[in-house]
Order: sequence, then structure tokens, then C-alpha cells
Amino acid sequence: MMQSIRQQPFRAAVLVLVWGWLVFLVLTPNMLVVGASVMTRDPANFISLPLNLDAYRQLFNPLYLEVFLHSLYMAAMTTLVCLLIGYPFAWALSRVEKRRQILLIFLLIVPFWTNSLVRTYALKLILATNGLLNSALMSLGVIDESAQLLYTEGAVIVGLVYLLLPFMILPLYSVFEDLRQDVLLASHDLGAGRFATFKNVIVPLTLPGVLAGVMLVLLPAMGLFFVPDILGGSRNLLVGNVIKNQFLDARNWPFGAAASIVLTLTMALLMFAHRLSKRRLGEEGA
Amino acid sequence: MRWLSRSYLALVYLLLYVPIVVLVIFSFNDSRTGYNWGGLSVRWYESLFSNHAMVQAMWNSLWLALTAATVSTCIGALTALALHRYRFRGKKVLNGMLFVVMMSPEIVLAISLLGLFLLLGLKLGYVSLLLAHVTFCLPFVVITVMARLSGFDERLPEAARDLGASDFTMTRTVLIPVIMPALLAGWLLGFTLSMDDVVVSTFVSGPSYEILPLRIYSMVRVGLKPEVNALGTLLLVFSLAMLMLSQWILSRSKQ
Amino acid sequence: MTRTLLSLSGISKQFSGKTVLDELSLTIDDGEFITLLGPSGCGKTTLLRMMAGFELPDQGTITLSGVDITQTPPENRPLNTVFQNYALFPHMSVFDNVAYGLKMEKRPKAEILERVEDALAMVQLEDFARRKPHQLSGGQQQRVAIARAVVKRPKMLLLDEPLSALDYKLRRTMQVELKRLQRELGITFVFVTHDQEEALSMSDRIVVLKDGYIQQLGTPREVYERPENVFTARFVGQTNFFPGRVTKIEGERISVDVFGLNRELGKPSFRVAMNQSLHVLLRPEDIRVLAPDDAEGVAGKIVERNYKGSTLDSVIELEDGSHVMASEFFDEDDPTFDYSIGERVRVSWVDGWEWLLAEEGDEPLTDEEELAADDAEH
Repeated sequence: MMQSIRQQPFRAAVLVLVWGWLVFLVLTPNMLVVGASVMTRDPANFISLPLNLDAYRQLFNPLYLEVFLHSLYMAAMTTLVCLLIGYPFAWALSRVEKRRQILLIFLLIVPFWTNSLVRTYALKLILATNGLLNSALMSLGVIDESAQLLYTEGAVIVGLVYLLLPFMILPLYSVFEDLRQDVLLASHDLGAGRFATFKNVIVPLTLPGVLAGVMLVLLPAMGLFFVPDILGGSRNLLVGNVIKNQFLDARNWPFGAAASIVLTLTMALLMFAHRLSKRRLGEEGA
Repeated sequence: MRWLSRSYLALVYLLLYVPIVVLVIFSFNDSRTGYNWGGLSVRWYESLFSNHAMVQAMWNSLWLALTAATVSTCIGALTALALHRYRFRGKKVLNGMLFVVMMSPEIVLAISLLGLFLLLGLKLGYVSLLLAHVTFCLPFVVITVMARLSGFDERLPEAARDLGASDFTMTRTVLIPVIMPALLAGWLLGFTLSMDDVVVSTFVSGPSYEILPLRIYSMVRVGLKPEVNALGTLLLVFSLAMLMLSQWILSRSKQ
Repeated sequence: MTRTLLSLSGISKQFSGKTVLDELSLTIDDGEFITLLGPSGCGKTTLLRMMAGFELPDQGTITLSGVDITQTPPENRPLNTVFQNYALFPHMSVFDNVAYGLKMEKRPKAEILERVEDALAMVQLEDFARRKPHQLSGGQQQRVAIARAVVKRPKMLLLDEPLSALDYKLRRTMQVELKRLQRELGITFVFVTHDQEEALSMSDRIVVLKDGYIQQLGTPREVYERPENVFTARFVGQTNFFPGRVTKIEGERISVDVFGLNRELGKPSFRVAMNQSLHVLLRPEDIRVLAPDDAEGVAGKIVERNYKGSTLDSVIELEDGSHVMASEFFDEDDPTFDYSIGERVRVSWVDGWEWLLAEEGDEPLTDEEELAADDAEH
């Protein structure tokens, strides 16, 4: 009994600090965004009454709708490319001897720890009109004159894939690591060939990893505004660029807030799917 | 099959590392255009350090990262301990909130914080940057520490209590030493995240406190700047050192 | 009428330079329950995986009903496996797990439904068809694994230490259950275990394996009562090894000196010479513990006693320092008999209950075998 009384102050202090921080710097600001999205634009004070849904209506303005759909398309392509590269990669990685895996995982984390701006810039060196890729292709005789690689949709996707690939690979690697060899053997034992085993066992069992990877790639792929800034020119914008413009340049806060809520909802949807897929396997949802 | 998968792995690693290698090589390129090789030179490193504003931005960034990592490690460690040790109402909500912070697009966090700071009338600068950086580093520290706590013997704290230690004493003498490696690793991760952040900083920084990533951002938006190669190389070496240090700490503590 | 179902000949396998199986040959009869018994690392699991098709032998051939299946992939072999940790598909219901093999055969829906239901009824899990594996207990998961394997009506069922993850009582129940299933289905069972008790109680024949060699192949009774070598004798059950020396050979009888006692015994199947040293093997239950004033036997004192419920197990130290294990049943006349530590007794046995083995350059048990033997006792 004495102990439980003595532990109270320490416990209370910790909980107050943690809750205080999160309520003040996470919950409140997010409520503000939701609030801002239903208010009216005001050039002087950013936002003002009355409440309305104009900002959300504006999302469906053909001009912005086009930008959003284009951004969504680029994000989806990025995710797809990451998945297509990452899935076999994670599979192969999980089959390497354990001792080497540590080094290979390390090499995969290095980019996560290095400045993403700098790495995006490095891509620019390669993709530029007089850059390395063009020079290499021309000297090999593949193309006759420099191709326009930079400031294209493709360049933005390449940039996003380059930055986000490890985020696809790591969750996939972890599900492949957990994939029990005997379950695959059991499938073969029961008469399933390679393809049937892949379709009926491997894919369903790695689905949580796929969804986690999609979540970790798709969302940043809509938000990383500096990638189009550096590689994409003015026509290949992400939702992130729109939000940034609305907040910092156009000063249309309600609209920027509404756009960011779209992102948040996408995230919620993906998180829900991820949870569902894990629950199906009988694991506790994260 | 085996060689196929091996060469596939090698190819992807190659693609991941080619740009970085190119960057490092070009940082020693004497040519101004940045595409052709003009001989070996360290002129871009020199011009970097002779740029007063650049050096100031570096110091600002270092100080910000240092303080943000320290604060987030303290709060993160306490959070992880609370989540691990105490049963309290709303524990799941707390866990969920941390998860959401980690998963949500940085830009959403950025604008929400910008809104808060403007509402409070807080002048954008060091303080706003610090609060924002601590917030996005927090979940990573919590996760690192939680991972360490989940792998350790539940009976150790009980043994300490059994031997007469109070809750606070037990935390200080048993738990803190156990999670020390995770604290260091979390600190290093926080430091690096803070040093690298562009998205959140773009929104919550003001002219009074210029930091390195934003300076790089304004440099690389248009054209090619050879100084960036040199700066990028320095940052790369720096991050690599931090990462290796953190891996070393974590692996040494595993035993 | 026995008919060969599976035959392995000259099977060798190496893993990164280490020989796991060496020129091993074995034939398995149709309908029998055969157990591969041995300590970990003896090659028993590798042998089973080769039958299933998960490993290919470096050398040798495997034929099933006369057809060479050495290179046949597992999905095309009419054999099924029950895995050590069940290997159930975690994302499928019990029904879908059991139906999996039939779906792969592209059976009509109605047939699948009927056969899965039959298989589940056989393992008494009809009411669990909709559950997911993680909602079942260990024993239930085990039953699903068995149903999933037998629903395809394989010619042979391969069981890789299927009971090792279950607790003692459940293991007992499942042993009986498996025997019943095997009788009902009439399928050949190949059972891998390191538990000698399990092997003795379930099998028609036991293959004792060590370091990739077959040490002995025989019925449980043969393996237990007439072990062919020191390893088998030590691995299967507990045994006292007494040093003996041949003092007389006369026709079919020999005399052996054991602890100074002169015993006249039947001549063993191996060649014996005068003054040759050999092992005289006696199971603890064959030992007779006599009163200290008895005329027979060797003198010693009790150094350990363990009450085991149905038996009283004791260790007796003889005057030369060697230890003898004895296991005595409580009899009706004296249900309370007991020893006290240090009590003086004499040790003897009934002539004809001993078993003789030649010395084999006589190496003591390695640590690993000791551990495996310990495992097997629990």
C-alpha cells in the first residue's frame, strides 16, 4: 500500500507531461486544421467566420481536381513501382544468410538517415539535360540527342521511388522474415505448385506487409513537395505542393486545410485496411 | 534461382547508391558547370566555409538538432516507460496518437503546427522549430525504447521492488540502465531526423533563425549548385557516422 | 502378407560438407507403423523430408510402389506430411486448411465438402470448421494438421515429431488417437521422434538412427530386449552395463565373471573367446535387491531412492564404486516397502534376463546423446 502511494507523484508527473505534450502539439493543432477547413478565407486574418463547406467544394473545382488526380496518379505509380521492385527484393533479402542480412539491412537504412533533399539533388545531377544519364546513353548510341528527362512526370516518380523504396522494403522484409518455411512446404506437400503456393499462401500471408508498405509510401508520395520542386517543374505538382502554396503563398487556409484532411483520411483508410489484414491473420492490430 | 536473386539484390543496391556516389565524386569536381569533370578540387568545400550565412545556418541546425533530440529523448523515454509499466486509462489512445504522428504525412503535421503557433501568436523561429521537431521525433524515440523494454525480463523490476527499492529508485537503478542503449540510439535518430527535416521546417521557421536544410532547399530549387555537392557529402558522412554509432550501441548492448 | 511400399536405397546426403545420411537403405511395408528414432542430428528428419520431397538425396534412389520418385517434387508425391509445428495456414479457416489439398486436385465442390467433413469428424473437430487456427488449442491444431494430411488419402503419412509441442497428458491421448487413426485408415505411418517411450508404445517397427546410420531395425520388443549395440541399449530405456569376463566356453553355454559372481549364460550370437571382456546388460526392472544377509548377489548400499508411484527406483553403490539402477514394483504383500539411504543390500538378477554385448572400443556417451536420452525420458 505504501508503495502505491509513493509511486503516485512520479507516475502522475510522467503522464501529465506526455499527455500534455500530445494534446497541446498534436490533438489541438489537428482540431485547428479541421476547424480551419470549414471556415472562410480571410486575407488579413487567414480565416474568419462564417462556417461553410466552400473549401471542400473547391477541391472539386476542375482545375484543382486535375492537380489532385495527377498527384494521386504519380503517387500511385510510385507506390506500384516501389511494390514491384520491393516485393521480390524483400523476398530475396529474407533468403540471404542471416549474417549477411544485417549488413544488407544496414545498407538499406543508410538512405533513411541521409538528407533526402541532398539525395533528390543528386538525382538531378544524373537526370539533367547535360547530366550523366543522357551522356551515357548518347555515348552508347542509344539516343542521338539529349532527351528531356528532368522536369517530367517520370522524373518526379523516379525521385519519389528513390526516396521511398526503403519504406516499402522494410515492412515487406519483416513479413517475409516471419513467413514460416514449413507453411510453404505444407502447401507443396498438399499438391500446390509454385504458382498456386504463391497465390494461395505467400500473397495472403505477406499482405499486411504490402499494406504497411503502401501506407508508408503512398502518403509521403502525395506530400513530399520538394521532389516536384527540384525534379518536376511547375506542371507535376503533388497534393503537398498545393497545400504548401495555399498556406504559404495564396493564403487560402481553409482550402489548404481541406486538402490536408483528404490526406489524413487517405491515411486513416489505409491504416484501417492494414489493421483488418493483420486481424485476419490473428495478429493483434498495431 | 540463387544467382538471379543475388544479382537482383545487387542491382537495386546499385541504383540506390549510384546517385550518392556521383554526388560525392562531383563534390571534388573543379568544373563550375557540374556535369563535366574538370579535375580534382576542394574549392566547393572552401567556398562553403567562407560563406558566413551558410556557416551560421549550420550552427543553427546543429543546435536545433541537439536540443530537439535531447528533449524528445527525455519525453520519449518517459512515455515509453509509462506505456510499458503503468496501466492507465487512455493508454491505447496514447499509443494510437503516437502511431498516427509517425504515420501521418509530415505536411499535415506541419500546417497544423503552423496554425497553432500563429493562433498563440508565437514568433516563428527557434522555439517553434524546437517544438515541432520534438513532436515528430517523439514517436521514433518511444518505439526504439519500447522495443528495448519489451525484450527485457519482466521480473527484474519486480525483483528490485522486492528488495526494497521504491518505484522511482527502481526506475533510476534498473530501468534507465537497461534502456540506456535505446536512449542513445533514439537520441541519434532524433538528431538525424531533425538535421534532415525540410517539410515541417519550411512551415514553422522564420527569417530570424535560418537552418541548413532550408538553405539547401532554396539552393537546389533552381539549377545546379556545386556547393550543394560538397555540403551533401559532408552531411552524408555525418549521418553515416551517426548511424554507425547507433548500430554499434544497439548491437553491443544485445550481447 | 506384407508388401513393400517405399524403398530407399543407398541414400546419402551432405549439408555443407557434413554427412547427414550415409548410404542408407530401408524398406517400408504397406500398412505398417514405422518409427525413426534417434537423438537430434541423427538424420531422422532429413530422411523424412527426403520421403516427402523437401530434400533431394545426393545419391541413392527412392521408389514408391516400384515407381522411382527420387526427383519427383513434393506436390506430385502421393504422400502427405504432418509438420512438427503443424504448419497450418494462418489465414485460412479450419475447413479451408483441410480442403486445401483437395482444391489443388480440383475436386468438385460437393466432394470436397463431404470429404473435409468426414476428415474433421474423424479427428472430432466437426464443430470447429469455421475457426481460424489461432483460435484453437495446440491439440486441436494438431488434429487439424492430421485431418489436412489424411483427407487426400495418401499412400503414406509422414509425421515429423508431431507431438513434441504438446504437454505430457495430451501427448498420451494423441498417441492413442494416432494409433486408432492408423488402424482405421490402414495408411502407412512413418513417425519421427526422439522419444523412445513414444516409439516403443506406438510402432510396429523402430529404426534406431545415429549419425546417419541405422543402428538397429526391429520391433519394439527386439529393440528394447535385444539391442544390437551399445548405442541402442543406452538410447532406448535405461540400462545397467556390468563389466563381464568370459571364464569358460562349453558348447552353447559360457561362464562369465561379473563383480566376482560366476554366472553361467547362453552363448551370444557374436563370437566369444576365453578371457574376453563383454557388457552384461540388465534393465533396472530386472535387478533383484536382496537382504544384506542373503547368500546370493553382490554387496552394496542404497545411495538414492525415488518413489515413482508404481515403482520404487533406487541406485545402489557396489563396493567397487560402480552404480546399479534398480526399479522394483510394489507388491501386494508389502505395499509400504522402502529403503533408507545408506541401507546395506545385495544385488542380483535372475539368470537368463541379462543381455550380452561385445565391447565396441567402448566410448562413453557424448554430451549430446546424454541430453537426447534425457529428453527422451520426459
